[in-house]
Amino acid sequence: MNLSVLKKIRVIFSILYFIIITLLFIDFTGLIPPSVYDSIVFLQFVPSLFKFKNLLILAGIGFILIFLLNILFGRVYCSFICPLGTLQDIISFISRKIRKLKKYKYQFLKPYRFIKYSFLTIFVFCLFTSTSVVVSLLDPYSIYGRISSGLFRRILTYGNNILVSELQKINMYSLYRVDLKAEHWTILAVTLFFFVLIILFSVFKGRLYCNTICPVGTFLGLCSKVSFFKIEINKNSCTRCSLCIRSCKAGCIDIRNQSVDFERCVACYNCVNVCRDNAITYTTKKSLPEIKPNSNINGNTRRQFLGILALILAASIKKIKAQEIVTNTATVRTKRQIPISPPGSISVEMFNASCTACHLCISACPTHVLQPSYTDYGLIGFMQPVMDNQAGFCNFECIKCSEVCPTGAITPIELGSKKLTQIGIAHFEQRNCIVETEGTDCGACAEHCPTKAVTMIPWRNGLVIPNVTSEICIGCGACEYACPTTPYKAIYIEGNKVHLTAREPDETTQKKEPEENFPF
Amino acid sequence: MKRRDFIRKSVSAGVIAGTALSFGGYGKLFARIVDDPLLPYDLVAVRDGEPGLMLDKALEALGGIQKFVKKGQTVVIKPNIGWDVEPEKAANTNPLLIKRLISHCFTAGAKEVYVFDNTCDNWTACYKNSGIEKATKDAGAKIAPAHSEGYFQQVSIPNGKNLKEAKVHELILSSDVFINVPILKSHGSAKLTITMKNLMGIVWDRRYWHRNNLNQCIADFATYRKPDLNIVDAYHVMTKNGPRGVSKADVVTMKYLIASTDMVAADAAAAKIFGMEPGLINYIQIASDMGVGQMDLSKLNISRIKV
Repeated sequence: MNLSVLKKIRVIFSILYFIIITLLFIDFTGLIPPSVYDSIVFLQFVPSLFKFKNLLILAGIGFILIFLLNILFGRVYCSFICPLGTLQDIISFISRKIRKLKKYKYQFLKPYRFIKYSFLTIFVFCLFTSTSVVVSLLDPYSIYGRISSGLFRRILTYGNNILVSELQKINMYSLYRVDLKAEHWTILAVTLFFFVLIILFSVFKGRLYCNTICPVGTFLGLCSKVSFFKIEINKNSCTRCSLCIRSCKAGCIDIRNQSVDFERCVACYNCVNVCRDNAITYTTKKSLPEIKPNSNINGNTRRQFLGILALILAASIKKIKAQEIVTNTATVRTKRQIPISPPGSISVEMFNASCTACHLCISACPTHVLQPSYTDYGLIGFMQPVMDNQAGFCNFECIKCSEVCPTGAITPIELGSKKLTQIGIAHFEQRNCIVETEGTDCGACAEHCPTKAVTMIPWRNGLVIPNVTSEICIGCGACEYACPTTPYKAIYIEGNKVHLTAREPDETTQKKEPEENFPF
Repeated sequence: MKRRDFIRKSVSAGVIAGTALSFGGYGKLFARIVDDPLLPYDLVAVRDGEPGLMLDKALEALGGIQKFVKKGQTVVIKPNIGWDVEPEKAANTNPLLIKRLISHCFTAGAKEVYVFDNTCDNWTACYKNSGIEKATKDAGAKIAPAHSEGYFQQVSIPNGKNLKEAKVHELILSSDVFINVPILKSHGSAKLTITMKNLMGIVWDRRYWHRNNLNQCIADFATYRKPDLNIVDAYHVMTKNGPRGVSKADVVTMKYLIASTDMVAADAAAAKIFGMEPGLINYIQIASDMGVGQMDLSKLNISRIKV
């Protein structure tokens, strides 16, 4: 087989896969059917590892597939499947078209073993101790998810809204506005930090990010030491022209020793294509690359690592009142003590332990009730999605998040059981209620309640006031969202640490005999 | 476009003509020469028919759709599409009624017909699952979004007591004809939702109404812009657990339809059908006191039609 076809396959596959996975994250129309999500995202290494761990189902088999591919061919995940990897390739490609940036040629790089093994060690430790925040910060798929959900999707909706306002002027309503709630600045800062980091790395050093910081890259690199197929340089044919080095994004070709550090090779096959001497082979022949260990720590990377740590610390310091808005009548401060995790997540603890904060569900949630959390879950669940009833409420008829979740943090749930899954319970604070403070009718909460857990019961002066039947409340937050009191809500959901099952709503049939004549 | 419009109108006219003929004696629909000495009626109440047929009869009794929609005008129809539930649960206006109404508008020569509601549940799900999006498109009208503040414009309500200003959907401001098509339902706090309450779906900030005496705000807003026609769908009626409802057990099939240009009169008649005294519905009483319309049905010229 002509080896040059490998690069073509890689480019076509990775671009197609990248486009589809990006569409999943930026689709604000909900047009992509839920079945597409799993068939695309199941290949992502860390999410599918989590899914396998959480659900022990075949759906989580993606990581095993990746592992086997890795054993056969090396780090194909990094070049074919990882969206963050493809993003770097795209940025590198563009930057090499820009004259000023052209001079940054690829070259052989130090392996930075200390840094990469440190990140891997931390990552694995956090994986086993369920320290999700670190897993979330370092999983490349989740980083890309947050970039495309938090940045690309936002930019797209701004553009969409500008277009819509122009079309509106001529009464065209085929497109529609999309209003997204702003993320907390720390979450945006983390996303931007990684985006800029990725841009810098890919412009100046190719895939160095994947070979220093990315724990998945390092892990797959270690596995690829025993890979069946390997990129090798045939010393007899090689003329040391260095063309391969100039094309090696990973900087893993040592031309002086005519060797390839296959641990760092991301299987992009660029070198295969440029070699004029046909000296680069992709074979099963075993040979041991001789590269001396190098424990020299790169100062820049250390600063970046410290930067991440600083950000995490900064996020943990300031507590905010995320669930409050400000004006007048309500006087009693109501704030939930227990955060609400989405239906299907079984318990807050399990959710926190299994979510990598890729924000796919946040992108898919039609009511935008799922928002990235700041301090709701504490530091451990930083950036993980949380039910935010200021932004919306959980649609009674919807299970979209459970259909798209790639990690199994939100387990698949049937609509019927979702409608009885109690993720929290409504709490009524009468002292804030309009009916009490203003002496007028309101009932917005009862209006929105899909199970009639909140009803209006007779009060004084012919008025009716809300009453909560906890057993049939599912904690969807419609009442809290609709409650008009400010600055505090008169009705709010207190999360259930462990989700419970609500009683079925009451149902009494009625018979009404139609009257013979008009009643007027 | 013009040819398409022509075809669309011809087809809808054909459908209506066919239906009219098949029920016999309603060929007058086109003649518009209604020789009823009691015309014009203040209110028409129809019962015991299918939604589309009852609408035909009501419009005929009112002097035909041409009385309300003139050639070349733009029409905006405001049904209740508030909830993500199927039509049988009667939380949203019957899509068959909307479809027929749109056909009538095009028959009268309407240039464009728009349909929208500022929903309570997720708007795309409401539009889809209520069946109204499909009904609208099938009839050749356009469904418009109303889920973002960007579609609403500030207006003042000079006669309002608590509600002095509101943000109103731009289509209400730009369209020539406004037809209000609520469904009669029970309501947790306002007791009933009919024509006046349905107008909460053409404004943006409903929470303000809830904070500032809901009943007064409903009446206040009724002074802002009278719909050119109100058609109350009381075919399936949610008699409890409104306005969203829990199950089909909340619904009673009553097979009524009311049409009137007077919202207070329409609400009073609908309340009677529901089995409640209009005076007990606070906003009906307030609106009547403010002179929005006539709640004393004995003072109205009513056409009562049994199909």
